[in-house]
Parts: sequence; structure tokens; C-alpha cells
Amino acid sequence: MAADGGMGHATKRREDVRFLTGRGKYTDDYTPAKTTYCAFARSTVANGKINSIDTKDAAGMPGVVTVFTGEDFAEVGGNPAGWLINSRDGEPMKEPKRPVLAHGKVRHVGDAYAAVIAETLEQAMDAVEAIDADIDELDAVVNMVDALANSTTLVHDEIGTNQCFDWGWIEDNRAATDEAIKNAPHVTTLELVNNRLVPNAMEPRCSIGEYDPGTGDYKLTTTSQNPHLTRLLISAFVMGIPENKLTVHAPDVGGGFGSKIYHYGEEALVLAAAKKLNRPVKWTSTRTEAFLSDAHGRDHVTKIELACERDGTFIAFRTETMANVGAYLSNFSTATPTFLHGTLMAGNYTVPNVYVNVKAVFTNTAPVDAYRGAGRPEATFSLERVIDKAARELGMDPIALRRKNFIKPDQYPYASAAGLEYDSGNYDALMDGLEAAADLAGFEARRAESAKNGKLRGLGINSYIEACGIAPSNLVGVLGSRVGLYDAATVRVNATGNISVMVGAHSHGQGHETAFPQVVADMLGVDPMSIEIVHGDTSKIPFGMGTYGSRSLAVCGSAVFRATEKIIKKATLIAAHMMEDKPENVDFEDGDFSVKGTNKKVSFGDVALKAYIPHDFPLEDIEPGLEETAFYDPANFTYPSGAYACEVEVDPDTGKVDICSMIAMDDFGNVVNPMIVTGQVQGGLAQGIGQALLEHGIYDENGQLLSGSLMDYAMPRADDLPNFVVDHSHATRCTHNPIGVKGCGEAGAIGSPPTVVNAVVDALQRGGHDVEHIDMPVSPARVWEAMNG
Amino acid sequence: MPTITMNVNGTAVSANVENRTVLSAALREELGLTGTHIGCDTSQCGACVVHVNGKAVKACTMFAVEANGADVDTIEGQAHVDGSLNVIQQAFQDHHGLQCGFCTPGMIMSAAALLKENPKPTEAEVRDYLEGNICRCTGYQGIVNAIMAASGQTPAIAAE
Amino acid sequence: MYNFEFAKPKTVEEAASAMAAEGAQALGGGQTLLPTMKQRLASPEVLVSMTGIESMVGVAVRGDTLTIGGATTHAQVAADAADLYPGLAALAANIGDPAVRNRGTIGGSLANNDPAACYPAGALGSGATITTNTRDIAADDYFQGMFETALDEDEIITSVSFPIPEKANYQKFDQPASRFALVGVFVAKTADGVRVAVTGASNEGVYRWTEAETALSASFSEGALESMSGNLDDMIADLHGSASYRAHLVGVLTRRAVAACG
Repeated sequence: MAADGGMGHATKRREDVRFLTGRGKYTDDYTPAKTTYCAFARSTVANGKINSIDTKDAAGMPGVVTVFTGEDFAEVGGNPAGWLINSRDGEPMKEPKRPVLAHGKVRHVGDAYAAVIAETLEQAMDAVEAIDADIDELDAVVNMVDALANSTTLVHDEIGTNQCFDWGWIEDNRAATDEAIKNAPHVTTLELVNNRLVPNAMEPRCSIGEYDPGTGDYKLTTTSQNPHLTRLLISAFVMGIPENKLTVHAPDVGGGFGSKIYHYGEEALVLAAAKKLNRPVKWTSTRTEAFLSDAHGRDHVTKIELACERDGTFIAFRTETMANVGAYLSNFSTATPTFLHGTLMAGNYTVPNVYVNVKAVFTNTAPVDAYRGAGRPEATFSLERVIDKAARELGMDPIALRRKNFIKPDQYPYASAAGLEYDSGNYDALMDGLEAAADLAGFEARRAESAKNGKLRGLGINSYIEACGIAPSNLVGVLGSRVGLYDAATVRVNATGNISVMVGAHSHGQGHETAFPQVVADMLGVDPMSIEIVHGDTSKIPFGMGTYGSRSLAVCGSAVFRATEKIIKKATLIAAHMMEDKPENVDFEDGDFSVKGTNKKVSFGDVALKAYIPHDFPLEDIEPGLEETAFYDPANFTYPSGAYACEVEVDPDTGKVDICSMIAMDDFGNVVNPMIVTGQVQGGLAQGIGQALLEHGIYDENGQLLSGSLMDYAMPRADDLPNFVVDHSHATRCTHNPIGVKGCGEAGAIGSPPTVVNAVVDALQRGGHDVEHIDMPVSPARVWEAMNG
Repeated sequence: MPTITMNVNGTAVSANVENRTVLSAALREELGLTGTHIGCDTSQCGACVVHVNGKAVKACTMFAVEANGADVDTIEGQAHVDGSLNVIQQAFQDHHGLQCGFCTPGMIMSAAALLKENPKPTEAEVRDYLEGNICRCTGYQGIVNAIMAASGQTPAIAAE
Repeated sequence: MYNFEFAKPKTVEEAASAMAAEGAQALGGGQTLLPTMKQRLASPEVLVSMTGIESMVGVAVRGDTLTIGGATTHAQVAADAADLYPGLAALAANIGDPAVRNRGTIGGSLANNDPAACYPAGALGSGATITTNTRDIAADDYFQGMFETALDEDEIITSVSFPIPEKANYQKFDQPASRFALVGVFVAKTADGVRVAVTGASNEGVYRWTEAETALSASFSEGALESMSGNLDDMIADLHGSASYRAHLVGVLTRRAVAACG
């Protein structure tokens, strides 16, 4: 290990300096010469038939350059779903077209049906108001039960149903699971809602289209977690621009949490407009537009049953879920409730029977897609809530019940009943660590102290597993992915010894510019500051599948590792040549090449220089230059896991819940930068607590988003949250990637919601209130209403 | 269009703005100071906090014409003259008080205003003062630790 | 937003004449008005800024009355009234967030009369007098329902005078997103009796809870309220809480305010 700045070191982030001094460059900070500005006309009704859109007046307004409607894109392709899900009967899912601009119908409030390009943003917005849209409002489909029951009110008339698919996992296990539940001595049932969330990255989306008529090259500067995927979708599906004529550049990205994985229609529009106008076209989302048009998260309605023996041994989990996909299929929307959810429904447990049924439902609401955790928070919430309820029904301690059913360390690799093979883990060790950190022995005293202050105190426990490092192409291909999910990196050692590393992952807060060089520096024995990461620009990077699903280090970092191995191999050839010996006699250690048993030695820097001055190279054996590329496709998902504890105080007068403590014990495998990992967990915990207590994307029966601004959508603030205890020392290495890492970005958001709700229910139960469940967000009003019948 | 003059980060500047131009837009678009960010349209997020005549304000919720003649301090003027980070900025780096960096300029400006008013705040006072600054990345712990450290105090639970 | 003419008068007289223009509107700190204009939900033709009028800025005490200039920011009230009228200063210190308090003004807040704002409860609960460029208006006459006041279109709040009570306390239960009051209760005990003003709860805007006032005037104690709760009929019901929850909170917060008065 490098003493400073290598793997395992809490290196301070180099990118911070520009962010701290106002020199970060986010998309909206770019304004090319002669930029025009785009504003969208968005539907104010949830479901409507477009009779006509008259843009004549708007087009004549001051400063207006051009106006687009859905008609202009009628012949252009749709924005596709990335995963094909087949229903239980073998029928493929329904895939209605998702156009660049709504055409014929508008399908959710915020659905864009026209766009104005003008010299200034205010002029564009003025002209939007002058568009005369004749839209007949139709009944809206909002509630999923109604959507499935009602075959006359449809989101997409052409598919004849509001059901996208009816998926069973694993269908062959269904009968056995049903039978096991029928015969079980004890069955605990829980119905719950996983509340819709609005991602609300602090940087709103922004896209700038440019076109060079001399070369025919397009450039899209955009807020993206995933520039290559955006390029691929625009090229292959939406606009047909050849990939080699389109650059997608995502500069600094101000958070994403999933919402910036996807390609959105606004990106296609600014490119089309840039070509038509031969001028740059810029669109910057307002927060209001973000609420209406960013992909939302979660929104499941679930019934889960846990069958067990009287002693608590798990026999079966059976889950029925309705998953809201909104009005259109966003890129990952069909994978999220299925393969990122159903496959995790065995949790950390040796349960023999698991069956999951998911019906995906179209509604007249904003599209729903992966949001931090993506399917795994929904799985964990269902499992860990029903386990908590079962513990109470069985009269068992919730920790003991979980421990009784944990997969044990000697059982890996473990084939779960939900179809995955977990490679490593030690859930008892995590729970041991949690019990020690949580001072469970002192809980009763703390509860008594709370009671003295008129508060009800509760303790919530949770354990989780997730599948990260998304991931192996062979596996996701079987599961329905239409793309591979590997990643790529190029390591370029320049003649003067500094190094550029081009990576397909793209940081939007994760600190890649600091962490990735730690890996390379460790391997090459060089100063990490001599290594620079290049990311976010398709014209500079071999390829990439972006940053999401806690995959960057596990997948792209492994590609960096492999490329660096190739560098070492090539450099060894050059070093051997320089020292006039055989490569197999050359060792590489701490940045120096040496010949075994001699004092012959050359430094990595000398070799780098030599690579570019190959005067005496045996060119049939050694090519000049020192640059290597690797594509890495892992053998399996990675499986981070954890055990969490939370204590809450409930004010019985108001129903307000205060989080007193939150402890996260996570197994992320090997850790490259513990400071960054801790920060990732803390951020995830805040989002999970936000989901549990505060956040709710809520539509009324007409499909109006009631929580459509930060005035009504409650984001966690500093004074809503406690200090967190975060510990990732109970680690088991991932067995199949070269760095041994598992991924940490989503854990906090997966593990914390059930922990909080378990704690609230525990507080109420201990306080004498017969409350079995409260749906999230567990707001003061909901708690008070639960307590008061 | 009215011409306004301001003293921005110690330098006298003038800009042509419409009456409806908000201060954040004038800073970003007229003066090229893009460190002041726009994260919402309801005056909630605080990514745009700057100081006007020494007081923290939301630059998106103030017309540029209202800042005519004022001293305006932005994130671009916070580092030392030699370019090194000031004590608050350095504490944010040391305590991992930022991830994506988008809310950071507003956080730094709010922290500076807090420590001017209250040089030794308690942790609860720090959390309370940040009511108007939303961070989606950090869970605030690194931010709170950084501000405590910048005030010369020891954070409750230090980062790694 | 739409463009407008901008005036920044130095005196109340200049302001009054600017306000006489067609479509003129007073601009205090703009903390509500600007977001509203960004949404294109307000389109004043002339904005008349009040913050340059020196005589409208400041906190002064004369006898038992605290007078606050109409263009005084919440931050200044929180600081300057802290010793003079701590119950009111504490209310001001918890409006919005620090940056909002550095801009928002008492005149702006009272003129807007948001049904969930804090100052209306403070003014009504204190029995304040709202002084405009043309007249004095008793708080009891001033608040006329959600976003409705006794102000004429071109009238300017120049100052607000608060009789300083023996004891007062404001209890605010935050709406978690906006941090306005989901329910807020201001209780003031004076020699003449007790006043209780409630914000955030009613469809009619800020109101006096007279049943509680009667009970507390007889005996200023939590016990006097027993398990009383607000009147259900007019309570706001929204995604943050039902009518019955708000009615319940009115009772809880009133009891807490009384307890906090000591």
C-alpha cells in the first residue's frame, strides 16, 4: 500500500478546490457564443387530447427564432426502455412510444408539447404563453388499482391496457411457494406503500445543443451520469445521428441520484434545434420543471407474506407488488421493479421459497425510474418491515429472528432462492458490530429518560443486502437488458511520466478524480497527483456505461485496474530491454523495475520516457508508446450488506419523530478511500431518512402534483438529521473483481427507511399503542392519526 | 436598461440589467461569476447565497437593481489573495463537507455569515442556521463538522 | 418573469406618489413576491421599493409600546427587539431562514397576509396597530382572511406598533417543506386579559381563538385549556395534515405557549 494517497487512504478530494472557490463548471455555466434559449410548453392537465397547437402568435413574438411541436418529431424515433421484461405468460411488455415532444396526446402534467427558441430566456418564456394549445382534458389515470381495473381510461390507447407487464420471479417457484405458505405454521402479512420520491439533485437538468455545419458534427453538453448511454440512445433510437458525429459532454454534474442516468427528450430537442438554427440552443430546467419532468423514484404498492416455523425459521416470502412506471417508460424503468427488486427478495436469509409478482402500471404521472437504490430499497423495506412484524407476532427479539435465518459465513458462495449467487458476506459479524455500537443494554435507561420528557422512544433494527456493480453482461442479458453493462478505461502514460486515465464512469459527487488515481498510484508506485482522471466526454473516452448502481469502482475501477496491469506488463518489456535482460527476470516494486539478483534498476519515469523515444526498440517485440485500454465485464454482481440501528423519539402530542441516533454497519468489501465511503453512506442515510419521514411525491385524483415545489416537497435539512455513526470495518472482500470492492453509493438509502419505520412502530408499541405499520413518509400527522385511531 | 454599479469582491463593476433581472442572474450572466448557483425557484435551496453589504441573502430573491451601490461578496472572492483556501473552505475539504459541489458556494457563504455573527456556535446552532441551505449529497454531517472545525471547535463525530 | 418599472423612493411621500401609478405594488424584501413573479403569477407594472426609506426602518420603544418601521427586516427585529419584546423577537428570529430574515420585512409580511405566516399571529395576538401612510388600523380590523387585508391598493405600511404585554410566547410547528407554520399560536397576557392568535390552521387566515382567550383570561394556565382544541369547521386540510390534526395542534401549541410564558 502506498503510505499516502494509495488504496485505503482517506485522501482529501482534489476536485474540492475548484468547487470551494466557485470554479466548478456545470452545464449551465457554459454559454457558447450566439446561444439561443429554449423554453417548453408543458401540459397543465394529466391526460389530454391535443386537438391543435397554434404557434403562429408565438413565432411572431420579439426575439423568437423558431417554435417546435410534436408534429416536427413525428417521424423521429422514441426514447426506448433499456430492458425487455416478459410477462408470466411469455408476452413481451407493452412499449408505447415516448416521443421527443408529445404528439396527439399529453399524458402527464409537465409533458412537453411545444418548445420555443428565442434570443433570450425571458423572450422564450413570453412566447410559450402565446402558444394556443387546444387540448381536451380527459379523465386521468392516477391510482394504480383503478388503472388496472379500468380498461376504458387509458394512458396509451394503442396498447389497450394500463398494464405494462405482469412479471413473476421465479415463475417456476410459484407453486412451491404457494404450497409452503398454505402449510406454514405461521404467516405474517403486511400491506405497505413505498412512497414516490422526487430525486431533486440540487443542480437542475440543463442541455446545450451545438452543430457544426462544416463537419456535420453535433455536440450535446448535458447534465448526465451516463454520457455514452445518452449518445447511444440518441444515435441508435431517437435521432439517428451517427455516434461518431455526436459528442456528449457532461462537465461537472451537480448530483444525480439516478435522475441523470436517462436520456430525456429535451436533449434531443436542443440538438435538433441547433442543427435547424445553426446556433447553440440551451435549455435549463427550473426546479418547477424538474418536479414535473425528471424521472421520479419508488412508488410501489405491495403485499408481502412471510411464512415461518413457530421457532422463527423462515419458510417463504411471497410478494405482490404494483409498480408505477408513470406515463412513459424511462430507460431503466422496467428493470427497477423487476431485476433490481425481485432478485433481492430473499434478503440475507436462508429462506427456501421466494416468489415475487410485479405488475407494472402506466399512470398519468411523471415517469418513474431508478432513484438511489432503485428496487433494492423497495425489496429491503418490504422484507425488513414484515420480519419486524413477524418478530412481534412470534414474541421473538427482532435481532434474534434475523440472526436465526442469516446465511452463515461458511455458506458462500450462496445461491439465494431469488436466483442470485452471493459471493461473500458475514451478516453475523455486522450484527455483532451493530449491537456493540448501539449500546442495546443502555436502551431501557434511554427510554426511561425520554419518557420523563414526555417522549416515546423506540429502537429499530434492520439488515440488508443489495446487488451492486451493475454489471455482468451475461447475467443482465439473460434478465432482459438490451445493453451490456461492462465498463472501460484507458491509462495513458505520457512521455514525461504523468498519467491520464480516461474512464467510462462519470462522477457527479462521488470523488472519482481522487479515488481512481489512488488505485493507479498504488499499482504503479507513483505520486497520485501525477495521475489525472478524464471523464464525462464521449470524444475523449473509449466507452462507458456511466455511474449508477454503485458500480463505478467495482466495474470501471476494475477496468482501470486491468488497464494498469497491461501498462505494467508493457513497461516491464521496455524495462527489460533497457536493462538488457529477459522480462521474466524483471521485478516491479514501489515504482522501480529491477533485475532479480542484480543491482540493475530503472524507474517507472525512465521507462515512460523511453516508451516515447524508441530509438533502439526491437520494434517486432515492443511497440512505442505506453497506453493501454481495458474493458471489464465482471463475473457477478457485488453484494454489499449491512446492519443498521436507529433510535427515535416520538412526541405523542404532535406525532413528530426525532431521530436520536442512526448507526450503519456496512460491508463494502475493500475500501479505497474511507472518507469518501463514509460520505456516501451519510448522504444515503439522509435520503433514506428523507423517504422515511419527509418526502412524498403526491398526486391528486386529477393527476396534479401536489408536492410540486420545495414549498411542499420536504427535503431533509441539517436540523432534521442527527450525526450518523458509520462503520465499514466488518468487510469481506468481493471475490470476483480485482480490487475486492462492492460499492457504497446506495447502501444508506437502502438500509435506513425500514430501520426508521421499525423504530417508530417500536416506540408506539412500547408506548401502548397498537400500531402495526405507518406508511412513509411517517409524518407527524400520520403518526398522530395512527395513535388516535 | 438600467446600469448598476456594485463593488463585487472588492472590485467596482457595472452591468446593464433589466429591472426584472435578479442578482444571481446579473452575477452569472453579466459578470461571469458562475460560482453562484441556481437550484430552485422558490427561495428554498440556498445555492445562491451571497453577501450584500455584509449580510447573507439569496441572490435569486433580490433584484439586481436593489443591489445598486452595494458591496457584494460571492464565492469567487472567498479564497485568500494567493489563491489558497480560507479557513472555512479548507475545513470543508478537510471534513468532506461537499460531494457534487453544487450547493457548496451557498453553504460556504452561509457558514461565513454564521461565524461572523456567532464565532463559536454549538452544533445545534450550526444546523439551525443552515435551514435555508439544502444539500442533497452529504447528509450535512461533513458540512456541520467543517463549520465546527472552522470555528476552532472539535466536531462531534469526525469523518475518517 | 414579466418586466416592470422600478422605483426606489427615499421618503414615504415619494413612495405614496409612486404607488399611485397604475399597477404599482410595494416591494418589501421581496421574499414572497419574487418567487411569485418568477412563476408569472404576479405581474406588477411598477415595483416601489420600501427599503430605501430610512424613516420606515428601525425598532423603537415609547412607554409600553414597541414600534417597528414597516421596512424593518426580520433579522433586525430579532436583534433589536430581543430585550424589549422577547416574545415577538423570538417569532421574528424563526421566520424563514437567516438569508430570508436579512431581506424580508414586517410590512411585506403583513401586507401579504399569508395564512401560514408568523407575523400576522404576532400582530393579531399582540393587538398591534398597523400604521399606514394614511391611517391607523387595529389588527382586529386589519386581517380579513387568507391574503386579504384592510389595506387599499396603494396604501403603505409605514410602521407597526405593539403594546408590550406582560408575557408572550409564540409556538410554531413547522410545515416540513416550506418551514412556514403548519400551525402557529401566539399567546399574549396583558393587564386587560389574554389574546390568542392562530396562524397556519384556518382557511380564513390568522384568527383569534376566543374560547381559549376566555379560559386563559380567567386562569392563565395550561390546565385552564384542559384538552381544548381548535374549531374544526374552518381548518385547512392538505397533504401536510388533516383538519382534525390541525385543530388538535392548535390546542397543543396554545398550551405550550402558555407553559413557555411561565
